[in-house]
Amino acid sequence: MLMGAGAALLMLPVQALAALWNKAAFEAKTRDEAVQGLAVSSEIPSREIDIVAPDFAENGAVVQVEVRSRIAGTEAIAILADRNPTPLIANFMFSDGTEPVVVTRIKMAETSNLQVIVKAGDRYYSASKMVEVSLSGC
Amino acid sequence: MRDMKMRAQFKDGITEVKALINHPMETGRRKNDFDETVPAHFIQLLTATLNGRTVLEAQWGTGVSKNPYLTFYLRDAKVGDIVRITWHDNRGESGHGEVSVTQS
Repeated sequence: MLMGAGAALLMLPVQALAALWNKAAFEAKTRDEAVQGLAVSSEIPSREIDIVAPDFAENGAVVQVEVRSRIAGTEAIAILADRNPTPLIANFMFSDGTEPVVVTRIKMAETSNLQVIVKAGDRYYSASKMVEVSLSGC
Repeated sequence: MRDMKMRAQFKDGITEVKALINHPMETGRRKNDFDETVPAHFIQLLTATLNGRTVLEAQWGTGVSKNPYLTFYLRDAKVGDIVRITWHDNRGESGHGEVSVTQS
């Protein structure tokens, strides 16, 4: 997944950077299209993924989310909000020495499922958590 | 170059890296006070390195909050090692931040 792109990134022109970004997945308007864009064939529901997010978010513009994968060989963690205008929010790719854990803050348009998809080898695992949103953040 | 606040603290064998990036993360859907649509302006790619070796890569859409916040954890970092974060946005702008790992 990591392919040493980090060092190469700095020397690439803008067009090449744009080509690295997964446009199809990030511009997808539905959750299913976004997942297709990530080339996820099928997801296995897993209890080995912890999602820490509020049950109720007053302000959808800033919802803090912590995701931890306890699945061996985790390479990537994708975060999606099912009912956002573009559901795919972020995809994090980890090297061997990096814990498969990330904390970030996201926007949520309305009450919806927060979904996490973990890539480990050729397999994809998923977990979700419902977050109630009172003020739209999109 | 935009500002980035960073911290990398070693504790109990693991290094916690926190970053707060100054960026508008405009979705391209928001209207300003004059009812004009504000063009999309958001970070698409982010790379973190430890002493020059890539340890984390991220692709982001417009759903990451304004002034993005990120925490991640490194297993093989030592006090004095250098953690660097570089980002690139959809307008071709970029920024970076760098800190050395400190004992917490």
